[in-house]
Amino acid sequence: MRAGMTAIAVAAFASVLSATAMAADYVIDTKNAHASINFRIKHLGFSWIAGRFDKFSGTFSYDEKNPDAAKVAIKIDTASVDTNHAERDKHLRGADLLDTEMFPEATFESTSVKASGPDKATITGKLTLHGVTKDVTLDAERVGGGKDPWGGYREGFTATTTLKLADFAITRDLGPFSKEVELRLDVEGVKQ
Amino acid sequence: MIRPHRWPFTMFMPLKSLPVGSISCGAVRRHDGAVMYIRDTSQGYGVVSRLFHWLMAVAIFGMFGLGVWMVRLDYYSPYYNAAPDFHRSFGILLLIALLVRWVWRAANPKPSAEGLTPLEQKISYAVHWGFYVLLLGLMISGYLITTPDGQPINVFGWFDVPSLVQMRGLEDRAGYVHRLVAYVVIALAAVHSLAALKHHYFDRSNVLRRMWSGPPRLTVNPKEENHL
Repeated sequence: MRAGMTAIAVAAFASVLSATAMAADYVIDTKNAHASINFRIKHLGFSWIAGRFDKFSGTFSYDEKNPDAAKVAIKIDTASVDTNHAERDKHLRGADLLDTEMFPEATFESTSVKASGPDKATITGKLTLHGVTKDVTLDAERVGGGKDPWGGYREGFTATTTLKLADFAITRDLGPFSKEVELRLDVEGVKQ
Repeated sequence: MIRPHRWPFTMFMPLKSLPVGSISCGAVRRHDGAVMYIRDTSQGYGVVSRLFHWLMAVAIFGMFGLGVWMVRLDYYSPYYNAAPDFHRSFGILLLIALLVRWVWRAANPKPSAEGLTPLEQKISYAVHWGFYVLLLGLMISGYLITTPDGQPINVFGWFDVPSLVQMRGLEDRAGYVHRLVAYVVIALAAVHSLAALKHHYFDRSNVLRRMWSGPPRLTVNPKEENHL
């Protein structure tokens, strides 16, 4: 009888443990646009031009107790680039910049996540952009997470990095002040 | 002061009784006695149609060269913004000119196409209308490269042409059409020029001459003019 009780207690404890240890899977909420992939690049060294990719999708797994086990994968439709200026967007999609006809998709897949503080982590992964795959490092921060008012569970993050255009074989000369682009991902995932 | 031999009264006078130096609705009586036709006649093109033709020919070739050149400009080129601004502005003026030209054409007699074989007449008819349709398509597609995000086209700082169609990604399709049609127009212009030279040098027809100097000049015997 006691042995039975103990067994049940152990089993229950184990199941709780495994539940917490097992990272939950989240789908990034692009459907309702609680996520965005934003970039900005200096214009002439005088100001910033902001833009974003309007179409993308992604998933991540995250466990608050074990952030180092987190994973993230994102696919971006490069032709959805939007800088609020039709002619410039056309140029960005063109052959001398993103060449979206040739490279319609950009992807990021994490290879390692290292917690660097409370709710902070460094995400390393492979970014494929303009047909070039390179290791990039994102500085990620957990913004918040918990139950949403509609019966679901959400986690949200912000991640930033800076890319050199030349690293991704984008060689169009935009001037000495516009060789790097800052990327910021704001994502909210809904637990599956 | 009423001067019945002066414009505008001469507008209603028959050509033959026009005083020297006066203007009728269809022609100007020059001081040497020759008549310069403003309107087209069955014999050839008046000065308005000829100006439309040659000025638009120069403008179209110029715009083609400008377009090909400007899309390759370096970002730090001083013309990077100025060249497309000029191209857009001038394109709108050309669109207006094209529409006025149609009205003018419709309101004028059609010069005869005799001297051309029936096949040549059909081809030249197709080429002329091909030009009109292609040019209109060229101008509309150019307009749609700039305006689908809601931006107007400002014409030389004089006035704005508002954005009428807003659609994401339309600029890509418009750009594709604009480039394609521009090349087709230039190819058609080459065919048109070669045909004109062929008619002029090989067929000895007057099609090129009448587009350059108008209908054969009506000169009146100076003795008959004495009474004017």
